Amino acid sequence: MILKGRAWKFGDDVSTDHITPGRYYHLRSDLPELAKHVMEDANPEFAEKVRPGDFIVAGKNFGCGSSREHAPIVIKLAGVSAVLARSFARIFYRNAINIGLPLLIVDTDGIDEGDELEVDLSAGDVKNITKDMRIKAKPLPEVMINILNEGGLVNYVKKYGDMVI
Amino acid sequence: MGKTGKTIAEKIFSRACGKDVKAGDYVLADIDRAMVHDITAPLAIKAFKEIAGDAKVWDSSRIIMAFDHQVPADSIVAAETHKKLRRFAEEQGILNYDVREGIAHQIMVEKGHVRPGDLVVGADSHTCMYGALGAFATGIGSTDMGFVFATGKLWFRVPETIRFEVNGKLEKYVYSKDIILKLIGMVGADGANYRACEYAGDVVRKMSMAQRLTMSNMAIEMGGKAGIIEPDEETRKYLKAIGVKEFEEVHGDDDAQFSRIELDVTGMEPQVAKPHRVDNVVGVSEVEGTRADQVFIGSCTNGRYEDLKIAAEFLDGEKIAKNVRLIVIPASRSEYRRALEDGLIDIFIEAGGIVEFPCCGPCMGGSFGLIASNEVSVSTSNRNFIGRQGSPEGKIYLVSPATAAATAIYGEIVNPRDIR
Repeated sequence: MILKGRAWKFGDDVSTDHITPGRYYHLRSDLPELAKHVMEDANPEFAEKVRPGDFIVAGKNFGCGSSREHAPIVIKLAGVSAVLARSFARIFYRNAINIGLPLLIVDTDGIDEGDELEVDLSAGDVKNITKDMRIKAKPLPEVMINILNEGGLVNYVKKYGDMVI
Repeated sequence: MGKTGKTIAEKIFSRACGKDVKAGDYVLADIDRAMVHDITAPLAIKAFKEIAGDAKVWDSSRIIMAFDHQVPADSIVAAETHKKLRRFAEEQGILNYDVREGIAHQIMVEKGHVRPGDLVVGADSHTCMYGALGAFATGIGSTDMGFVFATGKLWFRVPETIRFEVNGKLEKYVYSKDIILKLIGMVGADGANYRACEYAGDVVRKMSMAQRLTMSNMAIEMGGKAGIIEPDEETRKYLKAIGVKEFEEVHGDDDAQFSRIELDVTGMEPQVAKPHRVDNVVGVSEVEGTRADQVFIGSCTNGRYEDLKIAAEFLDGEKIAKNVRLIVIPASRSEYRRALEDGLIDIFIEAGGIVEFPCCGPCMGGSFGLIASNEVSVSTSNRNFIGRQGSPEGKIYLVSPATAAATAIYGEIVNPRDIR
């Protein structure tokens, strides 16, 4: 699958509190409403200006902090097609794949805010159209690719009935 | 053929998946115990129902539910959530502590739901706290939890281990909270990402279970998948006191593979994590004089009886500063009762503090005890991210109960040593 969109650049250690602040927890049973505040404490303009297909591009340890799955869910609901980061915090990493939000572990240093990107998910290729650069992603573990290919863990289990490692 | 030994994590995963496995292996492991609370349970139940329909959970006796984040219900939304969760627990025969017992993590430990050698998952990142009992306990998301509810299993990558060896002589008024903050500052917010932390060394061996739980609790703040302390006499003493009789201790092999980080705490002053990062750690002398608007003593990190006792020793006969609001929240009903019986609660109230019923309190950031813009919270909890305790324009400093209590008296951050 080829994804195309603009880059929204963030730094290191973006926490799940930045993505889904606790003060909006009362909205958690209304996820589209919660999504209106996505990334608010990292970039207050993001939720309003993000366009379907855009990418979140971050430094290391993206998604650190709490286990709240609302974080990847609202990123997906906001229309973000994938998150590219140098590394992910492990609970967010699993949660995103489980709900079918694609992640790529790549060296994001050469990507700036607003760059047009083209991402080939299955090949792990990131093309920075604006800068005419190509970056190769580190492949996900096989178990995660299998889950992502089905669109998430629920679909995976429904299809295969169980999990084989 | 040279066969190397195993870490505690490798041994627990080998037992839980029925195969001999090492760090780096992917496994499907049997879960001994699973915990959900009022924030993460709804999505876990949704995932479970999507997977399993109206079926029963894999084993209701292995699932624990507790409400601790929005407690007692602070809104109609929270009340409706609690109602739905109660119904699910009843239908499924799941033990639900509801709003009655306090913070889920403390309940899991003190009610004997975690034993050494267990593989425990919780739909909360601070589940790593139970590692203090020699279990492998880790936080997972809701969909993973839905899968656990349906199958009793979960996939894992067996983690490498970092062993933190803490030696030396601990100064007066320096505690396990100061040590774990120091370690997080040393390795950074992702310094242990994907790996199991193990805490060892003379200083850890001498710690009480309450002090150990604080260290294990914060493994996640350096990305750790677990925060394990090898069982010893203190572990056995604690388990005996809470009535846990049957368990099998898991010990690491001498020739196990792990990386090692050493810390000599001799001469170390109390530590503070400055806004807005838990790894932004300095000695207290660097931030002395920082004016505080609110002091919070509580949370799964530092809300136990022992923490309250340390704070009360400072506050006994004192009054908190006029510019400060002091919020004290015991971690559980039983810790609350001990504090009550020993007169600690009286001391907090006499000093001008507010004592709330056991729950996450301000650390949840969306319920009560929030801070306004430009306000400073000095807190014994585990996270100081932007907006974690209310306004994104507020600031949070993480400290030990001693530093928090001293700060409440002076209205600004002070070294607890200086006022004794």
